[in-house]
Amino acid sequence: MFALSRKELMHLGIFAAVVLTMPIWLTPFGAAYPGLMQSFAIYAIFAIGFNILFGLTGYLSFGHAAFLGVGSYTAVWSFKLLTMNVIPAILLAVVVAGIFSLVIGFFSLRRSGIYFSILTLAFAQMCYSLAYSVLTPITNGETGLLLARNDPRVLDAMFGTQAAGAGLPMPTLMGMTVTAYTGFYLCALVLILSFYVSQKIFASPFGLALKGIRSNQTRMKYTGFDPRPYTLAAFVISGMFAGLAGALLSVTDPIAGTERMQWTESGNVVLMTILGGVGTLFGPVLGAWLIKYFENIFSAINEKILHNVFSFLPDGLENVFVAILSKFVGEGWHLTLGLMFVLVVVFLPGGIVEGSQRLIRYWRRGSAKAPRSLEAQPAE
Amino acid sequence: MDAFLAQLLNGLDKGGAYALIALGLTLVFGTLGVVNFAHGALFMLGCFCAVTFRYLITIETVTTDPNQLSPWGTPVEIRTPVVQDWLGDFGALLVNYSVPVSILLAIPVMLVIGIGMERGLIKHFYRRTHAEQILVTFGLAIVLQEIVKSLFGANPIPQPVPSTLRGAADIGSWIGMAPHTLTYPWWRLVSLFFSLAVIGGVFAFLHFTTFGMVVRAGMADRETVGLLGIDIDRRFTIVFGLAAIVAGVAGAMYTPLLPPHYHIGMDFLVLSFVVVVVGGMGSLPGAVAAGFLLGILQSFASMTEVKTLVPGIDQVIIYLVAVVVLLTRPRGLMGRRGVMEN
Repeated sequence: MFALSRKELMHLGIFAAVVLTMPIWLTPFGAAYPGLMQSFAIYAIFAIGFNILFGLTGYLSFGHAAFLGVGSYTAVWSFKLLTMNVIPAILLAVVVAGIFSLVIGFFSLRRSGIYFSILTLAFAQMCYSLAYSVLTPITNGETGLLLARNDPRVLDAMFGTQAAGAGLPMPTLMGMTVTAYTGFYLCALVLILSFYVSQKIFASPFGLALKGIRSNQTRMKYTGFDPRPYTLAAFVISGMFAGLAGALLSVTDPIAGTERMQWTESGNVVLMTILGGVGTLFGPVLGAWLIKYFENIFSAINEKILHNVFSFLPDGLENVFVAILSKFVGEGWHLTLGLMFVLVVVFLPGGIVEGSQRLIRYWRRGSAKAPRSLEAQPAE
Repeated sequence: MDAFLAQLLNGLDKGGAYALIALGLTLVFGTLGVVNFAHGALFMLGCFCAVTFRYLITIETVTTDPNQLSPWGTPVEIRTPVVQDWLGDFGALLVNYSVPVSILLAIPVMLVIGIGMERGLIKHFYRRTHAEQILVTFGLAIVLQEIVKSLFGANPIPQPVPSTLRGAADIGSWIGMAPHTLTYPWWRLVSLFFSLAVIGGVFAFLHFTTFGMVVRAGMADRETVGLLGIDIDRRFTIVFGLAAIVAGVAGAMYTPLLPPHYHIGMDFLVLSFVVVVVGGMGSLPGAVAAGFLLGILQSFASMTEVKTLVPGIDQVIIYLVAVVVLLTRPRGLMGRRGVMEN
């Protein structure tokens, strides 16, 4: 049950090596600091989970941010009420997100296509506005849910492991405090595990059934499959992945806010998945890394840096360039994100993975057949 | 009873806005078969048509009058809008009625934006999957929204109601109730009738003109209409422009009721999609009916009595209704068979 074919094992090995050596190979890109690498790992998990639903079944959910948020809140509550140990927090978050996705999926999956997208969006917005208004005792509204020194932490008190030092207690793992690098390696291990799970699902009969549902649901019905339980299972699994990602967000930074449930976050994970390549194993991970990297780079640029970059130009021209480009960076990073969204869907619907495969095929064939492979590109 | 009527009226004006947005969404979906997530952005652009017009028309010249002193002993600054200098009383009238005038101005602007959007981007997506249509229009919505944010800032920009329409109508006394028991702001009344007029106009356009007849025929069977030698694509482009106009004027009209900010479109879009789903995808009367129905339900749910009974109901009532409707009538209230079934 846990065995992998040799090829899959090789993929997993390469993937694990790439993830674990992140601190080394990210250094030249200026991204090798723990906070960013943690978010690389966490959003990759989120995207892997989303891909199990969207990539395999073709159901486009616009509400996965709700599960991310639910996972974060559950983890913080587990820190507040039970223990600062991360393992119960993560497990609880996955279970609660699973229950949420079971309920939402049960209703949303009664319809497919656009109806499904709208229903998930509506449910997520409902969760968001509830978290923002009525559920403030649970979510602490706009401020965000925070830890406090005098939280009960029942299990910690029972075993007498209550943190003694001053300041807020930190999440712990087997007695180790989860700080920058332990946090990253924890997320990295969970990411590798998630990748393994997604590999297993892709190769399993269950995964094949999901692919069948994606390509032709009617035909699946005629061959005796009832697609409902399969799609619901896929929905719940991807919701649990989102909950896991949310829990890790809280583990690395124990605060949960409503903004994690907003539709922009759902849109982000959709973009990550399609940028990398829908329905591929590596695609969503690549997409998540690229987007998080660009977000980090672009939103850090300000006008001063732009002035430095364009200082070689004559003054008037420099100001024009800076004025235009400054709309795309810093606060305006979302504009770049939106443009990327449009350009990727228009020119590269298969994402980076398909694009690079096409490039490789192009090189192998040589220039003799070049016009044919150009023809295959969606020029619209 | 008074409270009931008051909430009914409140719901009607909100429902009017929902109905207008949902009407445009359904129109685009019915003709072009495209799920337009950027429709909320069109509503938002309509709002900012009004903001821009107001901004342009209130550019002022500042002069100081040495004869009058303010309480601090400095000369009083007199601000006169440039328009007033040029056009006199008519200019002052224009400043006062900036919102209604900008509704008129929004029509050509939104027509150009709508047709540009359809020809520039959406026409390439007719043969793609619905998921891809959703994604590309969603990206477009983000782009439009961020452009507006970088031009106008992130804060809501309140728009004034024309001074003659600022008070409240004593509706209760019209229908024989005691005076001042049931009042309703004039502007809300105007905007309600305006929504009804626009909805009526769209239906009349589709039912009583040759153009509308061709469009309806195209909605029913695009291919046959094409075989009859009619360039249906061009008509559908114009229909997209029409949907943009409907969204735009709804936005411009709504600005005095809710100060527009850059993500107002997305807030309304989510609700309007729910409205469309409840009404039945592809059904124009369904969209309008569901718009008013949900607006009224939302307004009843935000009554204090209801809120104390079921806390938080005002936030979720629309989604609850959507869930119930989809579970009992999967095609929506007036959905036709075979529209978006798979």
